[in-house]
Amino acid sequence: MSTPIDYLLHLADNAVVLGQRNAEWCGHGPILEEDLALANVSLDLIGQARLLYQRAAELKGGDATEDKLAYFRDAHEFRNYTLLELPHHGPLVGYAAADRDYATTIVRNFLYSTLMVLVWDKLLQSKDASLAAIAAKSLKETSYHLHHSRDWLVRLGDGTEESHARAQAAVNHLMPYTEEFWTTSPAEGAAVAAGVGIDVWALRPEWDAMVNEALEEATLTRPNFHGYVTEGKVGLHSEHLSYLLGEMQGLARAHPNATW
Amino acid sequence: MSSNVDKVWATLEHLTDPEIPVVTLRELGILRDVRETADGVEVVITPTYSGCPAMGQIEDDVRASLEQAGIAARVITQLAPAWTTDWMSDEAKEKLRKYGIAPPHHTPSDVSVVKFVRRADTAPVACPLCGSSNTVVTSQFGSTACKALYRCLSCQEPFDYFKPY
Repeated sequence: MSTPIDYLLHLADNAVVLGQRNAEWCGHGPILEEDLALANVSLDLIGQARLLYQRAAELKGGDATEDKLAYFRDAHEFRNYTLLELPHHGPLVGYAAADRDYATTIVRNFLYSTLMVLVWDKLLQSKDASLAAIAAKSLKETSYHLHHSRDWLVRLGDGTEESHARAQAAVNHLMPYTEEFWTTSPAEGAAVAAGVGIDVWALRPEWDAMVNEALEEATLTRPNFHGYVTEGKVGLHSEHLSYLLGEMQGLARAHPNATW
Repeated sequence: MSSNVDKVWATLEHLTDPEIPVVTLRELGILRDVRETADGVEVVITPTYSGCPAMGQIEDDVRASLEQAGIAARVITQLAPAWTTDWMSDEAKEKLRKYGIAPPHHTPSDVSVVKFVRRADTAPVACPLCGSSNTVVTSQFGSTACKALYRCLSCQEPFDYFKPY
């Protein structure tokens, strides 16, 4: 039984969507070093997405290519976590570049990178040798992303009154979206059954411990969760994804088959 | 039998990294293998960071060098085993240092990468310019994904550190 394509797309879409989001800071970073850091994190994520799309295209066969998977699928076909498509600010705020909130960016990168070091670490054992090879590279890169975002989480949380307040607001805003990590989508279930995917639920205790430890060091409080659990990974997205894809896919769709 | 293989090695021996022109692809561990197959000679390269923009250039450079030497060979990209900075020779590390880039420490082999994340920074990074170990990290990411930005507190110079991968 081969790797379900939807499972590879889930992993690839996560990487490409967060890569595209973080790239919005390119030229707008709060300080030069962070501008460079976010651009480099985005490069890693887009690189990981390319490897995963290449593998998905290979399994899909026919005329599938990495570019077709990235640029010519619509929002409902994307399988990323809703968390990753949200703009860089709290709820009900405008879209202008000046509205971007770095605490939101950092908290999201921290929550996602913490999950992904655990996911990639387990995927080293995947029966899909190509996926295991991608996991080996991604794990090394993601550990640096986690290092970076965790550092800043502590700096912002345990920083000034304003940085603390903004970091706490970002935690309150984003933490509920992480509930989506722990539900099992049909693609994830099929991947686990085939021995190529991992049971994310089993990673929860370690993820909780890593997140709680960092939040405590950052003097931040973890909010209690109750309410709606998002379902981006089965294609039910927020309104934000279409805008993101509009920007990411616009050029490829306006000039199909263009090369440069 | 291996004359074609030797010829390819000789052709690619001095091909350097497009962004760090003091080290060769072979020294960096990017050029993995040259082998004779039933379908001709294959050159195996492996990517460094997944998103490294230099990889496309490197593949083009390899192809162009082979073409220029009149050698027909295929270039294959292989992901596993994953590239690691531990493959860099001591000689290559010394070249990096002389070029102004602090060479990578060994990757921690005894602890998992997951643990590495939570581990405090270990051995200090020596300044490639004055040799002092009195240095501090400015940013985990520098001019490229593979490097971190450091600052030397002895000679006050900023420098790049090639991160262990």
